[in-house]
Amino acid sequence: MTLSTEHAPEHAPKMARLSLSERLQPWLPVLLVPALVLAGYLMISSPSSWLTLTVSGLAMGMMIFVIASGMTLVFGLMDVINFGHGAFVSFGAFVGVSVLLVLSGMTGAPSLLLNLLAVGAAMLAAMAVTGVLGLGFERIIVRPVYGSHLKQILVTMGGLIVAEQLIHVIWGGEEIFIGRPEMLKGSVTVFGATLEKYRLVAVGLGLVLFVIMRAVLRNTKLGLIVRAGVENPEMVQAMGYHIRRVFVLVFVAGSALAGLGGVMWALYQEMITAHMGMEIMILVFIVVIIGGLGSVEGCFIGALLVGLMQNYTAFLEPKLALISNIALMVAILMWRPQGMMPVIKAK
Amino acid sequence: MSDPILQLSGVKTDIAQYHILHGVDLTVPRGQVTMLLGRNGAGKTTTLRSIMGLWRPRAGSIHFDGTDIAGLAPPQIAQRGIGFVPEDMGIFADLTVEENLILAAISGPIRRDRLDWVFRAFPALSTFWKMPAGNLSGGQKQMLAIARAVIEKRGLYLIDEPSKGLAPAIVSTMARALKDLKSDGASILMVEQNFSLARALGDHAAVMDEGRIVWTGAMAELAADAALQERLMGLKMEVA
Repeated sequence: MTLSTEHAPEHAPKMARLSLSERLQPWLPVLLVPALVLAGYLMISSPSSWLTLTVSGLAMGMMIFVIASGMTLVFGLMDVINFGHGAFVSFGAFVGVSVLLVLSGMTGAPSLLLNLLAVGAAMLAAMAVTGVLGLGFERIIVRPVYGSHLKQILVTMGGLIVAEQLIHVIWGGEEIFIGRPEMLKGSVTVFGATLEKYRLVAVGLGLVLFVIMRAVLRNTKLGLIVRAGVENPEMVQAMGYHIRRVFVLVFVAGSALAGLGGVMWALYQEMITAHMGMEIMILVFIVVIIGGLGSVEGCFIGALLVGLMQNYTAFLEPKLALISNIALMVAILMWRPQGMMPVIKAK
Repeated sequence: MSDPILQLSGVKTDIAQYHILHGVDLTVPRGQVTMLLGRNGAGKTTTLRSIMGLWRPRAGSIHFDGTDIAGLAPPQIAQRGIGFVPEDMGIFADLTVEENLILAAISGPIRRDRLDWVFRAFPALSTFWKMPAGNLSGGQKQMLAIARAVIEKRGLYLIDEPSKGLAPAIVSTMARALKDLKSDGASILMVEQNFSLARALGDHAAVMDEGRIVWTGAMAELAADAALQERLMGLKMEVA
């Protein structure tokens, strides 16, 4: 390398310290979560009920995040609206529950280790099956309709219906009830509040997944390619990266995460149906939209807000529970029309 | 003219139902700077994007280092050693300056000597190293766009209007950096509307009009002939 330059450019950047409000600006969405928790505390008279509802809301939020995270990346990376994402939730739940039923000896044993091993096996099986399904779904259903949102909506919705019917063919048309593993049943009492053990496990698992996902996106080259690809896929290609291959990888990973979310949701609800995926998609869409399309951090915060809002409202005013999240979405979009943490897309 | 690094023959490119390039013939010599000039809408940006594979040519050949790259996908073309600075800079605003450069180094970690050169040429990039690139000023973004292309040694650099919308002080920073790059023997094909910059950097010039190359020759020859400039580009430029 013989390049040399002795020239210091005249252009000297001027630096001025940002004001407190400017520094807080990017963190405002993050502050919404503690703000909502505080509002819940003030509105719910009993602290123990508030704690129970908060843990329940966080658990629900974490499960929605696991399901929605892959979808937001797919949306951001290739501008693909996948209404079929719910199919992976349902398939994951059915595969996972089938594995749990086969391993009933382990789930029924009074051993936390055996219980967790059984749940882990169910989750891995669900992720493997939904990952492979995702690969086929991308190749057969999504790939021919790149660039056309209307076709994507129609075709992926069709894919969801086909998947539901396949579940009916394989597992029958009836719902399946599934009990939680022995050591995850019941609850613990903390500060007088009754906290279900499974919900605490769901919160922990969701947090671990978020930390791993964020670490991959922030600290690996693959993560950089994905983040850059969400913003400007054409430039990523012009730099020498095959964005289509990355997209397939993200689609498969997103499908597998949806499958994992399906198993978590199945154990949360203790019952599964073929259309459970379609039902949860309403919340998933709200989370993806309010988080900002393509933003994993926004998706995480959005999921926590949705989970907490749903639980607090169901306790305070059950009739409003159904519309509370729609109201949350409207409020956030009025504040930030592109979502809480939008990814700046290239024109 | 020395051994060409890039040769376009009869390149025709369409965008939707419009024919933009009507048979571009262009030779870019190795180790020199070729300026691609012309009126707005003449097809200069389309030519660069066609070389990069971002708009696939309908006909013609594009030989880079002896291999026909027309029809290859953009990643394959970039991996063969072509660095691209687009007109809109293509900065990843959510990524930090550091992350933008890490991503640009496609063959592995950033080499220390290349990074040292980037920091000497564009000190603002070291100042804002950990800052999201979206927070940079327009001039700093252009510096980052060029830094991304040169962070690894490439066979050819395609640079689209590096001075567009920049203040004179920043244009001169840019010019010095590009001169250094040129003195290192880099092959550059650059689109530029700023004739002073084009004259200062260019060894050769190719003028486009209506999707074709209508004149090629030495940059000095074009710079010295006001009548020729007016005939080719419709504007009377300052004559050296």
